[in-house]
Amino acid sequence: MTAPSEDIPVAAADASPAAPHTDGTPRLAVENLRILTAPRRGRPDADVVDEISFTVQPGRVLGLVGESGSGKTTVALALLGYFKRGLRPGGGKVLLDGQDILALPEHELAKIRGRAIAYVPQDPASALNPVLKVGTQLREVFTVHGADPATLNDVLAEAGLEDPAPILAAYPHQLSGGQQQRVGLAMAFACRPRLIVLDEPTTGLDVTTQRRVLDTVRGLCRSYQVAAVYISHDLAVVAEIADEVAVLYAGRLIELGQAREVFASPAHPYTRGLMRAVPVLESTYELHGMTGSPPRPGSRPPGCFFQPRCEFAVAQCELRQPDLVTVSATGHAARCIRAAEVTALSGTAILAAGRAQPPSDEPVLSISGVSVSYSDKPVLRDVNLVVGARQSVAIVGTSGSGKTTLARCVVGLHKDWTGTITFAGHALAPGVRRRSQDQLRRIQFVSQNPYSSLNPRHTVGQIVGAPLAHFSKLSGREHQQRIDDALTSVALRASFAARYPDELSGGERQRVALARALVVNPDLLVCDEVTSALDVSVQAAIVELLLRLQAERGLALLFITHNLPLVRSIADDVTVISAGQVCERGPVTQVLSEPSHAYTRQLLTDVPAFERG
Amino acid sequence: MLGRAVRTPRGAVGLAIAGCVVLVAAIGPAVAPYSSTEFVTKPFARASAIALLGGDTLGRDVLSRTLDGGWELLLMAAAATALGVAAGALIGVVAAYFGGWTDNVLMRSVDVILAFPQLVFALLLVSILGPKIWLIVLAVAISHAPQVARVTRAASLDITERDFVKAMQILGIPGRRIIRRDVLPNLTSVLMVEIGLRLTYSILVIAGLSFLGFGLQPPAASWGLMINENRVGLIANPWGVLMPAILIALLTIGVNTFTDSVARASLGVGGRSTEPDPLVGLAVEGASA
Amino acid sequence: MTTATEAKERVGPPSKAARPHPIRDTLIRRSGIGVLTLLLVSILVFAATQILPGNAASAVLLNTATPARLHALEVQLHLNRPAVEQYWTWLVGILHGNFGTSLANGQSVGTLVGGRIVNSAVLVVAAGVIGTVLGVGLGVVAAARRDSLLDHVLSVGALAITALPEFVVAVILVIFFAAVVWHWFPAVSVFVPGTAPWSNPSALVLPVATLVIVIVPYVFRMMRASMIDSLESDYVQMAQLKGVPRWRILLVHALPNAIAPTIQVIGLNFLYLAGGVVVVEYVFNYPGLGQALVSAVSDRDIPQIQCIVLVLAAFYVAVNILTDVISLAVSPRRRLPRS
Repeated sequence: MTAPSEDIPVAAADASPAAPHTDGTPRLAVENLRILTAPRRGRPDADVVDEISFTVQPGRVLGLVGESGSGKTTVALALLGYFKRGLRPGGGKVLLDGQDILALPEHELAKIRGRAIAYVPQDPASALNPVLKVGTQLREVFTVHGADPATLNDVLAEAGLEDPAPILAAYPHQLSGGQQQRVGLAMAFACRPRLIVLDEPTTGLDVTTQRRVLDTVRGLCRSYQVAAVYISHDLAVVAEIADEVAVLYAGRLIELGQAREVFASPAHPYTRGLMRAVPVLESTYELHGMTGSPPRPGSRPPGCFFQPRCEFAVAQCELRQPDLVTVSATGHAARCIRAAEVTALSGTAILAAGRAQPPSDEPVLSISGVSVSYSDKPVLRDVNLVVGARQSVAIVGTSGSGKTTLARCVVGLHKDWTGTITFAGHALAPGVRRRSQDQLRRIQFVSQNPYSSLNPRHTVGQIVGAPLAHFSKLSGREHQQRIDDALTSVALRASFAARYPDELSGGERQRVALARALVVNPDLLVCDEVTSALDVSVQAAIVELLLRLQAERGLALLFITHNLPLVRSIADDVTVISAGQVCERGPVTQVLSEPSHAYTRQLLTDVPAFERG
Repeated sequence: MLGRAVRTPRGAVGLAIAGCVVLVAAIGPAVAPYSSTEFVTKPFARASAIALLGGDTLGRDVLSRTLDGGWELLLMAAAATALGVAAGALIGVVAAYFGGWTDNVLMRSVDVILAFPQLVFALLLVSILGPKIWLIVLAVAISHAPQVARVTRAASLDITERDFVKAMQILGIPGRRIIRRDVLPNLTSVLMVEIGLRLTYSILVIAGLSFLGFGLQPPAASWGLMINENRVGLIANPWGVLMPAILIALLTIGVNTFTDSVARASLGVGGRSTEPDPLVGLAVEGASA
Repeated sequence: MTTATEAKERVGPPSKAARPHPIRDTLIRRSGIGVLTLLLVSILVFAATQILPGNAASAVLLNTATPARLHALEVQLHLNRPAVEQYWTWLVGILHGNFGTSLANGQSVGTLVGGRIVNSAVLVVAAGVIGTVLGVGLGVVAAARRDSLLDHVLSVGALAITALPEFVVAVILVIFFAAVVWHWFPAVSVFVPGTAPWSNPSALVLPVATLVIVIVPYVFRMMRASMIDSLESDYVQMAQLKGVPRWRILLVHALPNAIAPTIQVIGLNFLYLAGGVVVVEYVFNYPGLGQALVSAVSDRDIPQIQCIVLVLAAFYVAVNILTDVISLAVSPRRRLPRS
C-alpha cells in the first residue's frame, strides 16, 4: 500500500492553509504545456492549448476556470497523460513531484493513474459502467494497483457513504446523483493519490448535494495533503474551494493568482468581464455579458486572443500575444499589456439601477389551486402564483420540484391539471386546442435546450416567421420587416435570417428562440431555464437582453430556474417550490434576505458564497 | 446531402459501380449482337468469335442474354422499393405522431408481415396466383413496409419529442401541418438511407425469385434465371453463370456502398457525430419492437 | 414539508418480497404476443390460399378439370363450406398435428415436413452459431484495432459481402470448391430424407459455409459499431484514467456493454437464415424445409405450403422471444428498477 503523504516534508503538514508553501518542489508543476489536434488529411495542425504553466502545492486547491471552448477539460485530462481521440501533446511538461508524466510510456502511465494521480469526472452517471456492480468498479481500483482492499469501507465512509453494503451491491443506475458522485470521490481517494483532478464534479447536482461534495473534497485534501486541480465554469464554486485560481481563455492561461485577489481585483479584461457576468445572491447586481465569442482552434488571431472583444484594447494588442505581467508580490499575473491598470480599477460590479416602471398591480397571469399528478404521484399540489403586467416573477426549485410542469401547464403543453389559471381576466383552457387565438398569441414560451428548440431544416427567417405567419396575414414585405425587427431586437443582424441553426452558437440560438417568441408581441413570456445550458457570460448577455426587452415592451416575465443568485438579478418576485408545493412567495429582496421557510433557508445556506470587490 | 455523399470516395465509387450496371441493363437490349432467344451456337460452347461469352444451356448467346436480362429486374426492384418505402413511411409517421391506439394497432398489424422471411412471403403469394410481375412487385413492397415503418416511427418519435415541434404545438398549429412542415423534412436523411437499403433487398429478393424459377419465365432472359439455367454447364462454360452473377453483385455492392456514404453524410445534420457505422444503427432500430 | 438535505435513501436490490421479475414477466408477455401473432399469421396464410381465382381445386387440376372432377375435389377439400368454418376446421386440425395430405404425392404433410425440419435445423443452427462466433470475434478485433489496415479491410469486405445474394455466394463457392477450381466438396448433396445430416459432413460444408458468409458481415458490423461506441464511452475513459489495463478494459468493461445491441442482430440473423435456407437448399439439393417449399410452390401443393410457412412463423416467434429475454438478461439497467 502506498503512503505518499510520508514523502512530504513535515513543514507542509503544519503550515496554515492561507500561506503559500515555498519550500520543496511543488507537487504539480505544469510547464509550457501545448496540445495540438492530431494530423488529418487536408487540415493543418491547430493548437488547442498552449503556454500553460502553473504549480500546485500539496494540500492546496487550484481552480481552473474557463468557459466552453477554453480547453480546460483538455488540460485536466493532460494532467493524467490522457489525450482524447483527435488530440496529441505538442510540447511542455507535466511534472508530478519533479517527474514528467508526459514522458512516460503507456504502461507506466497506467500504474500512476488512479494511484498517484486521480480523476473525478463531471458526470458520475456516465462514468460508471452500467453493467458492472458498483462494488466491482470500486474494488477494481484496489486490485489494479495492488492496494489493500480492506480499507474499502473506510474510503467509502470518508466520502460520505455511511452504509456501504447496499451501495456496493447495486448497479450504478440504482443510485442517486449524489451517491454516484460520492462513489466517484471514493474511487479517486482510494489509493491516497498525490494529485487529484476534479472536472466540474458538481455540475448537475442540486445546490445542497453540491455543498456536501465540496466540503468532502476540501476535507480529504487537507487530511491527506493532496494537491487538487478543480476545473469549473462556476466562479462561485471556485471561489469557495480554491486557494489559487488560473483563468483559461481560448486555450491560453490569461490570469493566475491567489483566488481572493483574482476575484476581488482581476487583472485581465476577460476575467473582469466574467466577474461582471456572475450573479450574486447578496445584492442586485446588474449583469453584463460580453459581445462576441472566443476564437476556435485554427482561427485565432496573431495578437491577443481577447482583443476583438476587449474594451481596453489598444493598437499594440493586435501585434503579438502578450506575456504574463506580474501585478502583485503574491504572484498575481495576467497576460495583458494593461494588466496593472485593469487591476487597479475598483468596483467590478454595478448595483442595478431601479426599474423604469414600477410593476403594476393588475395581474396578467393568476394561478390558483393548480394540481397535477402522473399516475398516482402528485407532481404539483395546490400551487398559487400571480404575475402582474410588466412584472418579472421567478420560480425557483431543484429538478423534480415540478417547476417545469407548471410552466408547461401555463403554456398549454400539459393538459391534465386541475385548478384555475387566469390570463388577462379570462380563464385558460387546459390544452392548446381549446384556447383562443388571442390567448395563444399573447403567451409565448422559450425552452431550455437551444440545440433542440430550432428546426435544423429551416432557416432562421423561417423559424422566426412561423408564428407570425400563423397569427397574422401580412404582405410579403411586412412579414419580412417584422422578422428583421425581431432579429434586431435580440441583437442579431438581419443577415442571420438566411442562416441555419447548425451555424449558430448556443447563445445565438437562444436569441433566435427569443425572437421567435417575441415576433408576435406577446404580453407574457414564459422562460424555462433558458440560460442553464449557456456559459456564464452568455447567460449574462441573455439576461441583459430580457430585462431590456421587458422594459421596452412592457412584458410580463415568468422565469423558471434553479439558479438562486440569478433570481436576484432578474426578478421582482420569487416563488420557491419544493416537491410540487409552494414553500414561499414574495418580493425577491425580502425572500432572499429574510426567508421564512426552512427549505428556503437551507437553499440559501447551501449556495456557494461569492465576495466581490 | 446527396451531393455531399457523392463527393466522398465511398459515395463516388458506389455510385459509379451501380451506375455502370444500370447503364448496361438499360441500353443492353439495344446493343446486344443477337436476340436473346436466338440459337447461335452449341450448348455451353466456349467463348468464341461468334459468341463472345460462349453459349448457354440451349446454345443461345450468353452476352446478348446478359445484356437483355437486367432492365426488368431493375424496374421491378425500383417499383417495389418505392411502393414499400412510401407505404412504410406513411404508416410509421402516422403511428408516431398520433400515438396511443393508432400506434399500437398499426404497428402490431404490420408486425405480422415480419413473421415471413421476405422470400417466403413472395413465394406464398406466387404459389397462389402464379409468377406475375405485378404480384411480385406487390409482395416485395408489402414485405418492406414493416421495417420501413419501424425505422420511420422511431425517427419520427425522436423528432416529435424535440422542442421545436413543441414550439409549434404551443401556437395551436394543427397536427397535419406540423407533420408536413416540421417533421417530414427532418426525416429525409433517414428515408434516403432506407431507400438505399430497401433497394438492395428488393434486388436480392427479386433476383432470388427469378433464380428459383418464379420470376420471369423461360425463355425470357433474366439474370437470376440465367444463373440457375446455366449451373449444370458450369465447368464447360462458366460465363453463363459468372456474367449475370457479377452484374448482380456489382449492382448491389454499388448501391450498398453509396447508401453507406449517404448515411455518413447525413450525420452532420442533427445526427450523432460519432456514429461508427450508421447503417447498422438503422438495421437494428428497424428490428427492435 | 420536505427539507433539502439529502435523505438517507434505500438503495440497492429491493427485498425479496417486493422484487419484480422482469424476465419472467417479459417471457409471459412475449409468449402471449407470440401466440397472437401466430394466430394472425395462420389467418393470413389461410386467407391467402382462399383468394385463388377459381379455387384450390381448379388450381390443382388445372387443365384436367372437368365440372365433375372439380366438384368431387371441392367436396374433398371442403371448399363448399363457408370460409370461417373452413378456417376453423383447418386450425383445429393443425392443433392436433394434422396438417392434411399433400396434393402432390398424397402423403401426410405432417410426416413429410417433420422429417425435414431436423435437416434444416442443422443448417440453421450450425450456420448461426459459427457465424455469430466469427462475427463477434472479428468485430471485437476490428474495434480494438480501429482504423488499422485490418479494420479497413474487414469493414470494406463486410460492406461488399453484405450486398451479395445468397445464390451468388452459393454458386461462387460451388465454382471454387466443388466444380471448377478445386473439387473438395460435392456440389450437390445426395441425401436421402430421413438419414441424419451429420452422417455425411462433407456435404454439409458448402451449404453451411454459404450461410455463414452471408450472415457474418451483419454480426461483424454490429459488434464493431457497438464495441467502438463502448470504447468511446465515458465509463471506458474513466477506467483508463483509473489505470485499468487494456485487456481488462476490452473484455470486462467494453464487451459486456457491446453485446446487448448485438443480440438483436444475432436474433435477426437467425430469422434471416430461415429465409436464406430456401435458396441454399435449392442450390445444393439439400433435403430440408426450403427445398420442400420450393417444390411445393411449383406443384401448388397448398397444404404443404401452409404447413411450412407456419413452421417458419413459429420459428420467428420463438427466436423473437428468446432474443428479447436474453437482451433483458444482459442489461441490468432495464432489468432492475431504481428503488
